[in-house]
Amino acid sequence: MTFLPTLLAAADVGGAASGGHSLSTLITGITIFVLSIFVGFEIITKIPPTLHTPLMSGSNAISGITLIGALLAAGTGQASLARTLGCLAVILATVNVVGGFLVTHRMLEMFRKKD
Amino acid sequence: MSPAITDLVYLLAAVLFIFGLKGLTHPRTAVRGNLLGALGMLVAVVVTLLAQGIDYTLIVIGLVIGSAIGAILALKIRMTAMPQLVALFNGFGGGASVLVAGAYLVVRPDSAADILVATAASGLIGAVTFSGSLIAWAKLEELKAIRDVRFTGQQALNAALFLVCLGLGFLLVTQPASANLCYWGMVAVALALGVFLVISIGGADMPVVIALLNSYSGLAAAATGFVLSNNVLIISGSLVGASGIILTRIMCAAMNRSLANVMFGTLQPSGDGASADDVYATVKSTSPEEVAMLLEVASRVVIVPGYGMAVAQAQHSVSELAKLLQARQVRVEFGIHPVAGRMPGHMNVLLAEADVPYDSLKEMDEINSEMEQVDVAIVLGANDVVNPVARTDPNSPIAGMPIINVDQARTVIVIKRSLSPGFAGIPNPLFAADNTLMLFGDGRRMVTDIINALKEAS
Repeated sequence: MTFLPTLLAAADVGGAASGGHSLSTLITGITIFVLSIFVGFEIITKIPPTLHTPLMSGSNAISGITLIGALLAAGTGQASLARTLGCLAVILATVNVVGGFLVTHRMLEMFRKKD
Repeated sequence: MSPAITDLVYLLAAVLFIFGLKGLTHPRTAVRGNLLGALGMLVAVVVTLLAQGIDYTLIVIGLVIGSAIGAILALKIRMTAMPQLVALFNGFGGGASVLVAGAYLVVRPDSAADILVATAASGLIGAVTFSGSLIAWAKLEELKAIRDVRFTGQQALNAALFLVCLGLGFLLVTQPASANLCYWGMVAVALALGVFLVISIGGADMPVVIALLNSYSGLAAAATGFVLSNNVLIISGSLVGASGIILTRIMCAAMNRSLANVMFGTLQPSGDGASADDVYATVKSTSPEEVAMLLEVASRVVIVPGYGMAVAQAQHSVSELAKLLQARQVRVEFGIHPVAGRMPGHMNVLLAEADVPYDSLKEMDEINSEMEQVDVAIVLGANDVVNPVARTDPNSPIAGMPIINVDQARTVIVIKRSLSPGFAGIPNPLFAADNTLMLFGDGRRMVTDIINALKEAS
C-alpha cells in the first residue's frame, strides 16, 4: 500500500514543477479518492457473505472503467504506437467489462429465482 | 460535447456504480444493482465516444474483439470454475491500466511530475495485477506446469524486484528523455514481481490472493484516473480497491492469519503434533444405507460443504438430498465457512446454482450457536475448516482459526475419499471422534447413494 504516500509526495514535486493549477487538480483527485474509499467501505461492509463472489466479479467489471482511458487513447492518440496500445487496452478492458457484468448477472439470476 | 457536460455524465456513471454496489446488499435487489452498474458503464462509454475528433476504427475493432471474448468466457464458464474466471478478468483489468498509462506516456513524456508518478503507479500496480492474476488463474486451473514454487531468498528477491520498480519509477519521473524506456522496463520487472508473489501461494490461500488482486485492479484503475485527471476512474477504482481490501480482511480473519503470513509465510506442520496413525486409530467407517437410517430419524441436519464439493461437482446431488429431507419435515441448513472453496462466497454460488434457497445458507457464527441441537452434521469435502484442533491445540498451525463446530452435533458424517490431510497438512481428530462416522468415496456418488437408500427405505 505504497500508493497513497507516493501520491502525496508527488503533490510537492508536481506543485513545484508546474505551478498551482496542477496541484489543485491533484488535491481534488486525492480528495475524491479518499472519500470514495470511505463510501466503498460503508457500502461493501453491508454486503452479505452469500453475495461475495458476485461482489468480486461485479466490482471487477466496474474496475474495467479503465476502458474510458483506453477509448481515448485508441481514438485520439497522437502517435500510432499510442493508438495501438490503446486498441490493445480496449480489448482487455472490454473483456473485463462485458465478461464481468455478464457473469455477475448469470450468478445473481441463480440467487433470485428462489425468491 | 462540451467537457463540462462530459464530466457531469461521468459523475452520473459514478453514482450508478454506487447504487449498483448498494443493490448487492441483498439477493433480491442484486440483479438490478448489477444492471445499474452496467448502465453506468454504458453511459460513460457512450459519452466518451461523443468527444470531438475521435477516430473509431481501432475502437470498434477493440470493442468487438473484447466483447466477443468476454461474452464467450462469461456464458461458457462452469460455476465451479468461477474463481479462475474472476482471476482472469482481474488480470485483464490490470493489463488495461498498464497499456493506457503507457499510451499516454508515449504522447506526453514531459507531463507534470504528479502525472508521471501516477503513470508509474498505474504501470506498477497494473503489471503486478496482470501477471499475478494469470498465475492465480493457472494455479486454480491446476495446470501441471504451475506448482507451488518456493526457494530460499524468495522474499529477498521480491523485495529487490520491488525496489528496482521504485527506482525505475523514480527515473521515469525525473528523466523525461528516457521516460518511456523506464516505464516499460519497470513494467517488465513488475510482471516478474507479480509472478513471484503469487507462485508460492497454496490452493487454500487463494481466496485471500484473489481478493487482494481484486483490490489491486481497482487501485490500478484509480491510478490511471490520476494519469488522465478523470474523476470517474478515480471513484470507481477506489470503490473496487476498498471492496477488495474488505474481502481480504474478512478472509484473513477467517483463517486467523495476517495478510503478511498468507503472502510470505508458510504453514508449518508442527513436529510435535500427534501422528496420523495415532489420531486415526479409532476411525469408524459407514455405508450410505446406515447414513440414510440416521437421516430418517433426524429432525435437524446441517451440511458443511468445502472445496471437495466443487471438485466432485456434488452441489446438485446435495441440493436434491436437502429437498428430499425437507419434504420429510427435516430442518436442513448449510453451514458455510468464509474460506470454504477457492474464493469468497464460492460455496454460496454453487449451492445457488443447484437451487438451494439462500436463506438456508447460514454463516459460521450463526450455525455454531445452534450446533448442539443438530442431530446429523454432514461434512462434504471440507477438512481444515472443521478441525477441532484449531480450538484445542495452541501449537497447531491452524490454532485460533475459527471453525464450524460440527463435532458438537449429535452425529457427524464425513464424506471424503480418504483420510488424507487438508491444506494445513495435519491430521483431523474429528474423523476419529466417538460421534463421527466416515463415509469414504466420491462426494457426488456417496450423496446419490444416500438419496437412493432413503427413497428405498420409505
